[in-house]
Amino acid sequence: MEKITTAENAVKKIKNGDTLLVGGFLQAGSPETLIRAVLEASSADMLTVVSNDTGTAETNMIRLMETGRVTSVVASYIGANPLTGKMMIDAPGSVTLFPQGTLAEKLRAAGAGLAGFYTPVGVGTVVEEGKDKREFDGREYLLETALRGDVALIRATKADRFGNCFMRGSTKNFGAVMAPAADYVVVEAEEIVEVGEIDPELVTVPGIFVDALVQAED
Amino acid sequence: MDKKNFIAKRVAQELKDGDVVNLGIGLPTMVADHVPDGVQVVLQAELGILGTGPAAEKGKEDKDIVNAGGSCITVLPGAVFVDSAASFAIIRGGHVDVTVLGALQVDEKGNLANWMVPGKKVPGMGGAMDLVVGAKRVIVAMEHTAKGNHKILRECTFPLTAAGVVDRIITDMAVIDVTPDGLLLREIAEGYMVNDVQEATGAPLILPEEIGVMKTNECFQGGLPKVWKG
Repeated sequence: MEKITTAENAVKKIKNGDTLLVGGFLQAGSPETLIRAVLEASSADMLTVVSNDTGTAETNMIRLMETGRVTSVVASYIGANPLTGKMMIDAPGSVTLFPQGTLAEKLRAAGAGLAGFYTPVGVGTVVEEGKDKREFDGREYLLETALRGDVALIRATKADRFGNCFMRGSTKNFGAVMAPAADYVVVEAEEIVEVGEIDPELVTVPGIFVDALVQAED
Repeated sequence: MDKKNFIAKRVAQELKDGDVVNLGIGLPTMVADHVPDGVQVVLQAELGILGTGPAAEKGKEDKDIVNAGGSCITVLPGAVFVDSAASFAIIRGGHVDVTVLGALQVDEKGNLANWMVPGKKVPGMGGAMDLVVGAKRVIVAMEHTAKGNHKILRECTFPLTAAGVVDRIITDMAVIDVTPDGLLLREIAEGYMVNDVQEATGAPLILPEEIGVMKTNECFQGGLPKVWKG
């Protein structure tokens, strides 16, 4: 199965109303080539973006958001992207914040076939509003549900033609967790190599999760 | 020594050899520069690093190795990189011994407010809620008051980061423990009297028979801090 394609082709799969899982933590591991392709080669509208932070004032997500095509954001920290902050003030319901570990675990749960999980994080804060609360062994926990995406956009340091990915250093962050949690997973890799060239012991994301592979441009 | 370094130095004395430690941004980050001799800690960064080192030197930055503030840092020999789900399993699972964070407000029940001021732009809670709930020990490190306004209160008025999680408060004036009976004054910085600390605190302080003097002089002085020793 040929997975290598262009960024332009890969983002054509994105439809109006899709939920995009976008990897990266600020600039680290952010799939800048793919986000630019969504901006330039896709016209999909009414998008929901799930991202730890929606990037910074210098990364491409803010440019995509300037078009108004991102109508909903799910994140944990938005202090580095002034547009997401403005969105939260203008239309409070359009931005949903979760504690960072809860956001990561919601994605992990989706990829792992779980409907949700109970976490002690957020008890006694605004995070608990509207959520089922249950006591286990004398401690209170909140029910958080799994969070799936239609499409995941992820960056890898190196990928082989089958899609096995190595993500270096602190670039694994959310991308590695999102890969199993979306129906269509696109990886941009800084380097694309032949199958067998990545040590199986060092694969961060198995290629079975990856549908399309794109050469990263920067 | 400026106020912030004084606080950071006192906080550093709380760390024990072998502790896994997460330091919040700002003042708490400075604690790494003051870890005492003979104490080696593993610093955790919530985007997935165990064993962070100092900031990267100019010209030697590695774009793939950054801390939770997005700055290029270094890692020490023995460091480990994990993804965000694993990083927060470490945090939420009680494998971080100490977390040091700043606060907007903290109260006598150990409630902490440090992620949003109502009516102002909301940056998001990031990993703060997970850290204070998951870490075995939560130390608030901050200046005692904000432009003369109380930050230590009977009850927080800002939205909480978590309820009943703070163990110890370390400021430029005092070391205060959160106990089931209220705030217990443990130490006072030189130059202050009990009354000064009480006036600067918006909740009653419990006074034990002996109150210590905040000491920072046995800290490591100068050169490379021990935390970076690989």
